[in-house]
Amino acid sequence: MADKATIQAIADQEYQYGFVTEIDQDKVAPGLNEDVIRLISEKKGEPDFMLQWRLRAYRHWLTMKEPTWQNVYYPPIDYQDIVYYAAPKQGPESLDEVDPEILETYEKLGIPLEEQKWLAGVAVDAVFDSVSVATTHQERLAEMGIIFCSFSEAVKNHPDLIKKYLGSVVPYTDNFYATLNSAVFSDGSFCYIPKGVRCPVELSTYFRINARDTGQFERTLIVADEGSYVSYLEGCTAPMRDENQLHAAVVELVALGNAEIKYATVQNWYPGDKDGKGGIYNFVTKRGKCVGDDSRISWTQVETGSSITWKYPGVILQGDRSVGEFYSIALTNNYQQADTGTKMIHLGRDTRSTIVSKAISAGHGNNTYRGLVRIGPRAARAKNYTQCDSLLIGDQCGAHTFPYVEVKNSTSNMEHEATTSKINEEQLFYCQQRGISPENAVGLIVSGFCREVVKKLPFEFAVEASRLLGVSLEGSTG
Amino acid sequence: MLEIRDLHAGVGDVEILKGINLTVKAGEFHAIMGPNGSGKSTLARVLSGHHSYTCTRGDVLYKGKSILELPPEERAREGIFMAFQYPYEIPGVSTQEFLKTAYNSLREHRGQTELDAVEFYRFLKDKLQVVEMDPSYLNRPLNDGFSGGEKKRNEILQMAVLEPDLAVLDETDSGLDIDALRIVSEGINRLRSPSKAVLLITHYQRILEYVGPDYVHVLMDGRIVESGDGSLAQHLEEHGYDWVRDQVATA
Repeated sequence: MADKATIQAIADQEYQYGFVTEIDQDKVAPGLNEDVIRLISEKKGEPDFMLQWRLRAYRHWLTMKEPTWQNVYYPPIDYQDIVYYAAPKQGPESLDEVDPEILETYEKLGIPLEEQKWLAGVAVDAVFDSVSVATTHQERLAEMGIIFCSFSEAVKNHPDLIKKYLGSVVPYTDNFYATLNSAVFSDGSFCYIPKGVRCPVELSTYFRINARDTGQFERTLIVADEGSYVSYLEGCTAPMRDENQLHAAVVELVALGNAEIKYATVQNWYPGDKDGKGGIYNFVTKRGKCVGDDSRISWTQVETGSSITWKYPGVILQGDRSVGEFYSIALTNNYQQADTGTKMIHLGRDTRSTIVSKAISAGHGNNTYRGLVRIGPRAARAKNYTQCDSLLIGDQCGAHTFPYVEVKNSTSNMEHEATTSKINEEQLFYCQQRGISPENAVGLIVSGFCREVVKKLPFEFAVEASRLLGVSLEGSTG
Repeated sequence: MLEIRDLHAGVGDVEILKGINLTVKAGEFHAIMGPNGSGKSTLARVLSGHHSYTCTRGDVLYKGKSILELPPEERAREGIFMAFQYPYEIPGVSTQEFLKTAYNSLREHRGQTELDAVEFYRFLKDKLQVVEMDPSYLNRPLNDGFSGGEKKRNEILQMAVLEPDLAVLDETDSGLDIDALRIVSEGINRLRSPSKAVLLITHYQRILEYVGPDYVHVLMDGRIVESGDGSLAQHLEEHGYDWVRDQVATA
């Protein structure tokens, strides 16, 4: 019977990716000061402009206070107790030289790293703690003029692009965590699609936090030049640890005239155990800027991991007729907390944005949608459609919605729809009467609830996302 | 097939079924009639294992074994199907996806391999004709935005797919127009075979003209107080339940 015990049993399924890779690490002692930043920059062999930018960010960070407005709770973070740089000691030159243990880790995660996977249409830039260990297909993409490499390489090889676009969407003064990231970011991905080029494969980064007590600070920058197109996938897992780990990344997207960027995230970081112990703090700043006319940026996210998720992937709609989209599934189970949503800033004329947020709360999970739609005075005939749906499983969880709206142009048009529903026992009984187990019934109902968003994901990711939702909910019927 | 022995059941402290005795053999068609609040729907839900009801006395044997301890999905996999009076909606899940999940649960239980989407669709297409439904129904979310008649036809479609040994139909005829009633009746008749049994709960004699039950029982205040053949339904239609009530009072 679909009683609370059954529902609990489903929620109790353990995290499958909690393994630790034993490799030699090159670590800087915990703590943060200007010397540590100089050391990070030096270890990475960065040009001076990069070091100066980091230092400016660090000095600004010292003047900032940690924000407290978010609807999540966690004990204070000691920023002097975090290791700001860890890299595998062995520096690989090519895929063949990559530490077999690292490859094995990726194997367990099911990441297609082998060259032949090109045929499957995935190019992967894998981030292992702080250094990109392997970048595949670079050469083949390079023939089309596409740059897809680690952030460190981009700083060295494409300094002009970095100087031009770094911080152009998320300035180093943006917010406490973005500023910290700007000072200490270790690595990440860089991608540039030249004018008129349609990137033929889904570009993909798999972030993985491995070293103990290492705050991970990636930085991703994607620039789509005029009339170009790129679809980018980001997936994340972390090994199981008792201490909470801070993850403060920054992602910047720049779409020039008539360009399109699709950015999809499936985030499966360790959510903590069923009592709320351990897990990742995911405090991330993600923002795109539709700089040119007729450009498009779309964010799709599936958030099932992290003990705390706190992020608002947004779009600044600067170009006329530009389009911003945000499709989100956030699932919280056990003691997970999520405060997530989006910001759509309409500046240009005839700009359009669509927000579809699906929040699922189970166990003691707490889920908050926070969204801002701002329509500036010049944004004539701007349009926004917002839909926020919450699904509750059990009676110990919570769902909250905070939609903020600022309209400064009277010709704009906004629609907002919100629903909250509960998986009820009658629905479960109906499924059970057809021979479907309560676990599968919950999975079925949740997948139906999320369908609109899942279908926005690239096919391979959609399959993965549906599976993850099932796993994350195990033990949640009741 | 089904043997209900002195079954007492209810919700919390309230007893609704007060000693039901009923035997249904393979190949038989039984109709259960009775006034509102007599316990008809409770009986259907107890048979399918709804967790709100507690059985306090008696037993239910299905194919010779007690099923009271079995969860609903186990009973379903053993071949008990209930057509719901008010089928539930599952937004975002297509009718086809739902049916495939249900059918494959059954196949898994029987140790058969699961059917993939293409194989299942082929199997499903024939079943659609039984209920005269257009294939476009299959892509619609289950019962979401369906009319009352469509929901009932969908229940019959599910029954045709799952081919249960014992079908319990809870007021499947209520709210149907004459065409839908004919379609639903044909769907029920198609299931009938020497190895299967049907228990139909209804308020109206109308559907019985199409399906011709072997037995008709009158359920009143949690007990079966009168049993007969098809002609009993006709008699009830003409004279109402008062005479049965009087008869019970005198006894």
